[in-house]
Amino acid sequence: MSGREHQSALAAAIDQNRRNERVTRAWLLAPALTIILAISILPLGITVVYSFLTPGTYGGVTWEFSTDSYVQFLFQRDIFDDTLVFNSAYVSIFLRSIGLALGATLGALILGFPTAYFIATKPREQRNIWLFLITLPFWTNLLIRTYAMLLIIRDEGIINIMLMKASIISSPLTILYTDTAVFIGLIYSFLPFMVLPIYASLEKLDFSLVEAGYDLYANRLKVLFHVIVPLAKPGIVAGCILVFIPGLGAYITPELLGGGKKLMIGNMIAMQFGASRNWPFGSAAALILMALVILVLLVNVLAARRGASGNG
Amino acid sequence: MADLSPATPASTQPRRRGRLARDLKAMPGFTATAWLCIVSLYLPILVLIAFSFNENRSVVLWTGFSLDWYAKALENDGIRNAAWVSVKIALFATVISTIAATMAALATTRTKKFAGQGLVYGIINQPLMIPEIVTAIATLSLFALVKKLTGLTGIGYLMLAHAAFCIPFAYMPIRARLETMTLTLEQAAADLYAPPLKVFTLVTLPLLGPGIVAGAMLAFVVSLDDVIITLMIAGPGETTLPIYILGAIRRGITPEINAVSTILVAVSVLLVMLLFLVQRRMQR
Repeated sequence: MSGREHQSALAAAIDQNRRNERVTRAWLLAPALTIILAISILPLGITVVYSFLTPGTYGGVTWEFSTDSYVQFLFQRDIFDDTLVFNSAYVSIFLRSIGLALGATLGALILGFPTAYFIATKPREQRNIWLFLITLPFWTNLLIRTYAMLLIIRDEGIINIMLMKASIISSPLTILYTDTAVFIGLIYSFLPFMVLPIYASLEKLDFSLVEAGYDLYANRLKVLFHVIVPLAKPGIVAGCILVFIPGLGAYITPELLGGGKKLMIGNMIAMQFGASRNWPFGSAAALILMALVILVLLVNVLAARRGASGNG
Repeated sequence: MADLSPATPASTQPRRRGRLARDLKAMPGFTATAWLCIVSLYLPILVLIAFSFNENRSVVLWTGFSLDWYAKALENDGIRNAAWVSVKIALFATVISTIAATMAALATTRTKKFAGQGLVYGIINQPLMIPEIVTAIATLSLFALVKKLTGLTGIGYLMLAHAAFCIPFAYMPIRARLETMTLTLEQAAADLYAPPLKVFTLVTLPLLGPGIVAGAMLAFVVSLDDVIITLMIAGPGETTLPIYILGAIRRGITPEINAVSTILVAVSVLLVMLLFLVQRRMQR
């Protein structure tokens, strides 16, 4: 009898304790979640609504339902007879952006993998210094780094002056305001994102497997591509995603190095909220960009899950 | 022509196994590529810094050392106002985001798995996962709506936007610190009849200190460096230093821009180096 009473009192106390813990947790989480929900997630909902409205004359929106923004993405309305004609202008901006982001990802991989490998094979106490050197540029202002790159690749920049002094070229190479400049700028901006995750997976690499490969008379290339790269795959995939996504949405790089003429998605979206005064279309373009990003992440998650179930 | 370089007799070459054991980890060209990466990551910034000290107006030809461009930049009212706006916003965003992140980290670590934990992580990290330009125009749309409905204007909007995207950066080191802390000391304090508030202020908070400092420094740097969100949201008179620099670059390149940029880079680098030291002490 008393034992049972004691037990139920204990259960009530544990229950009370759990409830208290839940209440405390809710209070602790409230500020962070409220700020992010209100300032970062709620606005995405508003963007969805705006993309279905009509542009206001001086920016903003008029509250009139319309799917024009999505139609405008693919078609142009003929001013005379109102028929829809396919318009490739915006699609080509998206394709250009995807191409540039993919190119930059590949470039960053080719440069970043050897760098990560180099750091991972350094003695343990030196690695932190190297990692610090790789991360430091990431914490300095992207705008300033891009401006610094602009100074270097200009017609009158250091690269051209040195090449001309060495008589390798007679007139300056035009790099600035071309796709090449945007491509270089994107690699330069996001290279640390490629190195760090690859390093994280190479750091754990068991070199007895590499030794086994050599013992079985594989040459260096074979060991690299059949032993090391497969083991570093999670890091490579993570690095590629971390470079591709910000590359796709880049704004500063094409703005400064592409001279505002070589548009990417980011600039196109910003323009709709500025000079073009078409907020609904800008909202629609932003949502399409976000859909692309989510698609990349989903493919990655699905591939990882299939990989995991395949191994297990 | 005679070959004067000493030839390597075949007999002195180490055996195959020995050579492999020595440079098992070597890959041809990898070291060179790594050095190329490090040099190209730093070279542009170093050139930028060097020419901020150039006596000439040129950002290409070096004529002599001078601090004129710094003096010019510090006298420039536009730059001074922008710097003040930047610091004001960064301080506000740092305080708000660090408090919110510390509370959230306390709620999400050292506890059993709870329902919705994944969702909570997702929400906290959301600002990191969405392209900044999307967050920028979405926030602009919200603020335009709120301004229209309430008529409120001011720098508060920009401060709140900064606080929001600083939260995940402040959260990361605080959570990492909490995860390595055991509950032993707090339990000992509680066993000695310290009330929960005292346990928190006298035990948990001092232990968590380095994590909070690291989180606050990251938040400050991230806020100070933001361009895209600020560019879209900032109203007149709310120009931050990076926005001022962007405008100046569009107007034409001068060493004055290099001087301001150098100051901004120096602040970020100093803070991050301090952070590196704090974290090394944390590991010990």
